[in-house]
Amino acid sequence: MNKLRRAVFATAGYNTISMGPGRNEFHPKKPRPGIEHYILEAGRGAIQQIGSAEFIDEAVIGNFMAARFCRQGHLAAFLPAVDEALRFKPCTRTEGACASGGLAVYTGIKSILAETAEVVLVIGVEVQNTVKAVYGSDILAGAAHYAGERKAGHAFFFPAKFDERAAAYFARFGQERTRRAMAMWYAQAVENARREPKAQEYHNRAEDLFALGMTPPNPKAFLPNLNIYDCSKVSDGASAIVLASEEGLARLGIPRAQAVRLLGMGVAENDITAAPPELTELTTTRAAVEKAYRMAGLQASDIGVCEVHDCFTISGLLSLEAAGFVGPGEAPDFVAGGETRLGGTVACNTTGGLIGFGHYTGGTGVRQVVDLWRQLTNNAGQCQVKLRSGRRYGMSINMGGNDKTVTVFIFAPAE
Amino acid sequence: MTLDERLQNVAVIGAAGKMGTGIVALLAIEMAKLRAKRENRHKVYQLHCIDVNEAALDGLRAYVKAQATKAAEKSIVAVRELYADREDLVENYEVIGEFVETALGILWPGTELAAAKRAHMVFEAVIEDKTTKVGLLRSLRELCAEDTFFFTNTSSIPIGLLDREAGLGGRLIGYHFYNPPVVQKLVEVISPAGVVPELPEVAAELGARLGKKLFPANDIAGFIGNGHFSRDGLYACQEAERLGREFTLAGGMYLMNKVTQDLLLRPMGIFQLIDYVGVDVFYYLLKVMNEHIEGEELQSDLIDRFFQLGIIGGQRSDGSQKDGIMKYEKGRPVAIFDLERGEYRAFDPKGWTGELDARLGPYPEGYRPWKELLGAPKREEYLRQFFAALFASGTLGAQLAEKYLRHSKAVGQMLVNTGVANCADDVNGVLMNGFYHLYGPINDFV
Repeated sequence: MNKLRRAVFATAGYNTISMGPGRNEFHPKKPRPGIEHYILEAGRGAIQQIGSAEFIDEAVIGNFMAARFCRQGHLAAFLPAVDEALRFKPCTRTEGACASGGLAVYTGIKSILAETAEVVLVIGVEVQNTVKAVYGSDILAGAAHYAGERKAGHAFFFPAKFDERAAAYFARFGQERTRRAMAMWYAQAVENARREPKAQEYHNRAEDLFALGMTPPNPKAFLPNLNIYDCSKVSDGASAIVLASEEGLARLGIPRAQAVRLLGMGVAENDITAAPPELTELTTTRAAVEKAYRMAGLQASDIGVCEVHDCFTISGLLSLEAAGFVGPGEAPDFVAGGETRLGGTVACNTTGGLIGFGHYTGGTGVRQVVDLWRQLTNNAGQCQVKLRSGRRYGMSINMGGNDKTVTVFIFAPAE
Repeated sequence: MTLDERLQNVAVIGAAGKMGTGIVALLAIEMAKLRAKRENRHKVYQLHCIDVNEAALDGLRAYVKAQATKAAEKSIVAVRELYADREDLVENYEVIGEFVETALGILWPGTELAAAKRAHMVFEAVIEDKTTKVGLLRSLRELCAEDTFFFTNTSSIPIGLLDREAGLGGRLIGYHFYNPPVVQKLVEVISPAGVVPELPEVAAELGARLGKKLFPANDIAGFIGNGHFSRDGLYACQEAERLGREFTLAGGMYLMNKVTQDLLLRPMGIFQLIDYVGVDVFYYLLKVMNEHIEGEELQSDLIDRFFQLGIIGGQRSDGSQKDGIMKYEKGRPVAIFDLERGEYRAFDPKGWTGELDARLGPYPEGYRPWKELLGAPKREEYLRQFFAALFASGTLGAQLAEKYLRHSKAVGQMLVNTGVANCADDVNGVLMNGFYHLYGPINDFV
């Protein structure tokens, strides 16, 4: 698909709080809301903005591992619980590891393009604090080739996968400058999150974030190249957005000023059984981004705000290169130069991204689209950025596993 | 015999007691690490958990299971490596489960001392009573092999004395864990005159493996930790009685508890600490020290009265605090026992305790309690400014705190001067690591 055959809009986004360590309300030993709470809150939060669920033709829910984290499968059947009007309507669940949310958006878009729906409700959800992180690592390892990799893998499986990428990047492009840029990325993520009340790091009051980011790694207890601040935390939460065709938007009575228009998308998959071809590059991400640029008729220099998949600081840096904002080995200087900050050339992860806002894995791809919608409709509150004249578009990059499933969406203000 | 070899067969006597359970858990975890190694899987490992209290022994497995699980979760990177060759153990939870099963499989609970016969190392954690300990160690000497090493958890009785009276010929070392042993990093090590040279080496290697901070103390009753604690507590009793003449005895005790917690920035007030340790334990500690230390009267009528009334505090098996000098709700003191009335007197911020708080005076501006300062950067700088501001305020609280600090410092220096500790750093290290003080008693704040 080289061009979008119909206009597709996104509107009425809603994020729950990203709940987990760091939030003042979070206590690991006290009871917490379950997955249905988040599905209902996000879904109803979106529906409330469009007036009625009667307008919705179809719903999609993205989730990665509820079957293990919450012992709950069959998530599509939770959608009619969001609103009775969804009963007997088509509902689908998508799964692509941490890109499950992106795949849910993609599935909703395809329904609109296929003209089987004019309005689609998309939700992404994950509840992971049901187990300690040490056991959560086992569950999240399912995003890799379990039979081939888990046994030989590290106790903290995915952090170790990106530790390998960090080591390779250090060796190829220099450790000190990269290490400092990773710490700056962490600091930027938390500073942005402090502006967003629903972010997991909203309550973070640490004085010297850069110093925390520079904490020497501890290979005995964790990893040789990443410290805990390089990693997104364990999160519970959900996000929802409403996708609509031109006709659908009219049905909702939502003015264009309150919607964003999809210009391009790229979805790419790579072989889960194969090792990454090059550790210092996110090759699948690059492929997906290039597809999206091609469809939108845009290039990296047109993007002014971007949601990148910084499950780890190093993946944040690698995403910048895969998105074409900078060349190989140039991301550390780009970050160090402040180009990814709120007032920078490409404002990245304006509510904190996965590290700052939180990473409820199956919901992240939807959350990214919600944040772009808020930015491009000037509804981003304290996180709002002013786009430069030549950079008026927003892009989201949602990555599943070790760069195996990637969804990329490019949006513009609908007006 | 190497430490690895010694750790194949170990006994803990008093295994179901407060300290014994912790020592068992620590050793079980360490022995499980050895047992899990591929080259050791064919070997038999035995940790004999001996206690006269059969019912309490029943709960030991659950405690070790919980502690071994926590330890494996915390050191999952290393534990996973132990089982790298086990294809059947893939997930962290499977690896941790196997480790915990290994630790539990090592436990051999029982009530018969004879089970310790083949132990290469015996840890003694029975009641703090010289006669009981000597009797036990004598029996063990007759039972065990001649190369068996003995570790006593006594917190006050001179080790050399126990060794001589039990006829162990230098095979006994003081290895004083702090409560709870699985959490507290501190171990006081007391090598008495005549100890066999290999034993301190084994003790040091074991301490390192257990992840403990070892502080040497010399063989003088009370050693460093209780040498300071006993005199600190006695001073608090004297001050409470003195203040009691103006504020009633319960009031005086309330004030001293408040001053020591809030204004000395300690994790708990002195009478809460005595309750935590146990009034009975504190009573016996004083008794033992009084017996072995000349020229000093280590006794308190106040403590004697609580002990005789059976008001002894201490902790339940789940770690919660029993009522003692003070009454507790959710671990926090809510009342203090009024010896004059014969009943607990509830704290009343709008009444009598509120009036006492007012008499202490306001705290310096920007006051931060112990918990806030525990991991705070620039702590030393804050403490210096805080104490300077406090003492300058001249309030009753400031006067009591300053006097208390001076006394604590004098005790610390006395421990160095009389050879209990080798240096001021050891005194400060024991108080900071064993009692979680933010600063050592030998300081220049006063």
